[in-house]
Amino acid sequence: MSEPILTKRMVAHPSDSHTLSRYLDTGGYVGLRKALFDMTRDDVIAEVKASNMRGRGGAGFPTGVKWGFLAPATPRYLVVNCDESEPGTFNDRELTERDPHQLLEGIIISSYALGVQQAFVYIRGEYPKAARRLQRAADEAYEAGYLGTNIQGSDYSLELTIHLGGGAYICGEETALLNSLEGRRGEPRLKPPFPAVEGLYAKPTIVNNVESIANIPWIVENSGAAYAAIGPERSAGMKMVSVSGHVNKPGNYEIELGMTWRDFIFDIAGGIRDGLELKAWIPGGASAPWFVPDVHLDTPFTIDDVASNGSMLGAGAVIVMDENTNVVAAAHRLVYFFADESCGQCTPCREGTTWLADVLKRILDGRGRPEDIDLLLSISESISPGLKWPPMMTTICPLGPSAVSPVTSITRWFRPEIEAMIPGSEVSHG
Amino acid sequence: MADVPQVSITINGVAHSVDEGQLLIAAAESVGEYIPRFCYHDKLDPVGMCRMCLVEVEGPRGTMLVPSCTTTVADDMVVDTESEVVKRAQEGILEFLLLNHPLDCPICDKGGECPLQDQAYAFGPGESRFIEEKRTYLKPIPISDLVLLDRERCVICDRCVRVADDIAGDPLITFTQRGGAVQIQTFPNEPFSSYFSGNTVQLCPVGALTSVDYRFKARPWDLEHRRSVSLVDTMHSSVDVQTSRGKIVRVYGVENNAVNEGWLSDKDRFTFGAVHADSRVTTPLVKKGDTFEEASWGEALELVASRLGSYKASEVGAIGGAHNTNEEAFVLGKFMRTVIGTAHIDAQVGDGLDSHFAAAVTPRAKINDLDAAATILVWGPDLKESLPVLYLRVRKAVRNGAKLVVVNPVQTGLDSIATHVLTYRAGTGSDILRKIKSGEAEFADVHATLDEGPVVALIGRTSIAEDPRLGEAVAAFARSLPDATILPLLTRANIFGALDMGLSPTLLPGRVSIRSESGVAALESAWGPLPDFAGFSTMAMLHATVAGDLKTLVLVGADPVRDSINPVVASQALETADFVVAIDAYVTDSSKHADVILPAAVWGEVDGTVTNCEGRVQRIRPSLEPAGRSLSITGILGDLASRMGVALDASTLGSVSEEISTVAPAYEGITVDYLTFEGDPDGVVVPLADADQPLGFIPVEVTVPVVTGEFTMHLERTLYDDGVWVRNAPSTRDLVPLAYVRVHPGDASRMAISDDDVIVIADTVQLPARLDDTVSRGTIVVPANRRETANLVVTGAVTVDVVRGDA
Repeated sequence: MSEPILTKRMVAHPSDSHTLSRYLDTGGYVGLRKALFDMTRDDVIAEVKASNMRGRGGAGFPTGVKWGFLAPATPRYLVVNCDESEPGTFNDRELTERDPHQLLEGIIISSYALGVQQAFVYIRGEYPKAARRLQRAADEAYEAGYLGTNIQGSDYSLELTIHLGGGAYICGEETALLNSLEGRRGEPRLKPPFPAVEGLYAKPTIVNNVESIANIPWIVENSGAAYAAIGPERSAGMKMVSVSGHVNKPGNYEIELGMTWRDFIFDIAGGIRDGLELKAWIPGGASAPWFVPDVHLDTPFTIDDVASNGSMLGAGAVIVMDENTNVVAAAHRLVYFFADESCGQCTPCREGTTWLADVLKRILDGRGRPEDIDLLLSISESISPGLKWPPMMTTICPLGPSAVSPVTSITRWFRPEIEAMIPGSEVSHG
Repeated sequence: MADVPQVSITINGVAHSVDEGQLLIAAAESVGEYIPRFCYHDKLDPVGMCRMCLVEVEGPRGTMLVPSCTTTVADDMVVDTESEVVKRAQEGILEFLLLNHPLDCPICDKGGECPLQDQAYAFGPGESRFIEEKRTYLKPIPISDLVLLDRERCVICDRCVRVADDIAGDPLITFTQRGGAVQIQTFPNEPFSSYFSGNTVQLCPVGALTSVDYRFKARPWDLEHRRSVSLVDTMHSSVDVQTSRGKIVRVYGVENNAVNEGWLSDKDRFTFGAVHADSRVTTPLVKKGDTFEEASWGEALELVASRLGSYKASEVGAIGGAHNTNEEAFVLGKFMRTVIGTAHIDAQVGDGLDSHFAAAVTPRAKINDLDAAATILVWGPDLKESLPVLYLRVRKAVRNGAKLVVVNPVQTGLDSIATHVLTYRAGTGSDILRKIKSGEAEFADVHATLDEGPVVALIGRTSIAEDPRLGEAVAAFARSLPDATILPLLTRANIFGALDMGLSPTLLPGRVSIRSESGVAALESAWGPLPDFAGFSTMAMLHATVAGDLKTLVLVGADPVRDSINPVVASQALETADFVVAIDAYVTDSSKHADVILPAAVWGEVDGTVTNCEGRVQRIRPSLEPAGRSLSITGILGDLASRMGVALDASTLGSVSEEISTVAPAYEGITVDYLTFEGDPDGVVVPLADADQPLGFIPVEVTVPVVTGEFTMHLERTLYDDGVWVRNAPSTRDLVPLAYVRVHPGDASRMAISDDDVIVIADTVQLPARLDDTVSRGTIVVPANRRETANLVVTGAVTVDVVRGDA
């Protein structure tokens, strides 16, 4: 396993890794100076491209390629997405709270490369500590000349604005985030146009995840090729993974991808607590279809393998369920989340997710009917035609299809369990 | 018009050639392939929210399901609107929409004309599988005096939000909450009192928005429809007048893409109740002593004919005709000039513009020219209050990139979207015009903007207190701008038609100047000799009546006591006159002075044509028989003429129409038949290609004196005022805002005036003051056309006093 990139400082210096003095002590802002004084903007972009780093927010789109789409018009903006609301993810929080300068340095270098004069960080309103820590770090950076006019004596200037969200998962979707930042309702926009062409205030905008940006200083210091050499080619670099659920060692981990799920769950996460058996796990946050031991335990933990096996790595969030888990209750909880967080713009998500949650609740309450399982699947098909993976959508954004994942997962892998809760079905004895 | 480039697309296996740049849903509709939809509307920016319009399009990675309302056609696009996947999606969407939709059809206004009903029937699954509890809301809730909201019925299509925000510029209705709790709401303490609220009722695809005045009144299959035009102003928006059991119950907007594009103001929409008002005069009234008594037509007409015939021609004058059709106006002019023999005839009441300017300014703009304009200049009445649908057209042009320059003594509804706003002290318009022309100092930017053509200049009188010649001076300047066209702004009903029919002392029918010898000769060859003396304008007629030179006045739908600049002279004239006959549908401050009131048929009861501010002639159609014993004035005048022993030859609409086409040069070829059977149903702008407009008025620089004095006055119109239509219609009569006078705080403090102190204007009008720092110093802003200001003699400068204590 390669050395950690993102968590090295916070692990070595848990009490003050968030301060400027510790940051400078441990090699901070070296990459920035290199970028500003020894590299052109195109040089920086070339290194990011060469790193093969795929966006860490969930979509996995190569960051360097995304940067290449930025339209030439000015002004242009960099917006860092710290809305981290996918249930199961909490790595951006840790990065922001405990190593904010690493994130800032990444922002400044990226903004320099992209020709951005104003950058924004959108932090979900439920992360007050992260917001405070980042604001304090930004204040330090302004005072020390790493932000503001003529950074470190160069002729590059950058203003940074930190904005708090109002509490909506959908604002993690990049265009809904932009709308929210502009003071509008946090609703996804139609694409095209894409943010790289018409984004914040209809100007060219790059929206990147916190973890993606936090990697930039290391890439600039050590070269894109060095980053690409870590891990499998199409899942290059170190990846933060948040693990929660019925494991002995929940928490954030920074790993090289490529190991099997068995290794990850039983070695890294310490196996199932209380000596219980593994029943299922969600490989990539609440939106992802579930994996089960019989089928997926020995498949590789990489972006592409997870996708080809019918799920997604997403932002790196693993939720582990033991043998005592009521899968209908779990599915209901997840679907209810999506119903609650739906922005409400489009018919299938607004009505369909609520309906799915209602039916699951009815089954949980013992008032299910035998036809309800097929009904759940039919509702799901109205949101996600053919129940394909990756999903086809009748919706504006993937939130609707996300709600379908728990439904397809429990019906595919645990149908008898659902039937057992339904009076009158063949399996139940009620 | 240049050909639009085409692209080739295949829909359901059939190849089509369609206009490039179109949305797929519109392109499909244009070739007869209807794709169902709720949120899409061709006049609104697409939002892709309802998801009903999903179709399959072949792409590089296989077939994709895309919303056709947000997809632009591309060459070689292959589309399937009927595949199993599409049908399944449509069923799914409809099932979802009906999940929480209340089963209100039996009591819902929309039933029978409901896109949700229709599409559920055509594309839906047939039965619901939903057994959970539906989402409910308190219903309906009034969101304004005119509109009710039922949130349970709402399908979250965003049409009403877009209409209010994008089209009207009144973001008063919007979504709150999220997910299944999303609902339409208004803001706290801010009702949906937009002048355009009725459009949301028409566009709502379900019964979520209903109008107070139509609720529960009729079922769509009971309605009879008549396409006509609204005469609440000079836009002449196309309307569908809908009647049930002999009464007008609803007025809907018709998509006339040359005029209103389907939109209406609430005044167009909700004042039809005045047609059925109890206050209508429907029987001839003869004054006996101080009161009116009902009389028979025979009695009344005999009286009028004998009295009119007893005066010299030059002692008779006619005021009015602006509320009538072109044919009625033409007959009125012919009656006065050939039966009575007088030249004193004027459809304006001293509150408008020079009649040559209004009727024949050149080059004249068309409303659609706004869409091609680079720069729009608005120097006239506040369009939002006076010509609201024209205001919508200007907004549309600005949204599409046109620059806007607004010049006015007060803030106007267009200011927020204008590139330049120039506010001047009332009465000093010529001063600011000079500065704009010179481009000096801070006017350089405005001057530069106005130099970007094509320029469309909307020019009128900013208030009745403004010198009417200022408009001409502005027009002369506008003419010098690149590729400039001018739209003259008058606001009263069919005033442009009336002027085109010669209802002015200096105009003959068909845009002919009275000073044109050939014009006079041509008309005389048809009508016989015309009066040989110069005719008076309305103000001159009123003064002459007071002086005793004029003895008789014929008022045709005119109220000079209320509408002219001098109500004192007007009432004196009507009192002094020997004989006054009013042809009107209501008793007004003017017609109450009459010796005889002959009841006239009104809008909704008359047939013919009318002409709007751009010179567009449209058909106006009757939906009802004239109320009670009212008659069209053509009939009235024809009868009078025969009693006076002169044939008027105005027996049928067709014959009058033929005559107009023959003797009115600018209207050559325009007959009722032509418009009905050959012309564009959206109307035709006169003159036709091979007709001639003899009078082409070229505005020249005129010197307009600057008004001096401690206070100058600006009379401000609001959409809802004390006008005949608004006050006689139950839906609108209570919408008139409070009357007060706006004063700049600096002037107020100098005179020790506070908010709500009563001040006296010109020693006649008393109103509470309202301090407002958007008003220029040295100007007071007084509400126009209100009962409270009815006695006000309008002057440029005015005295202002404060009422103190028991003084």
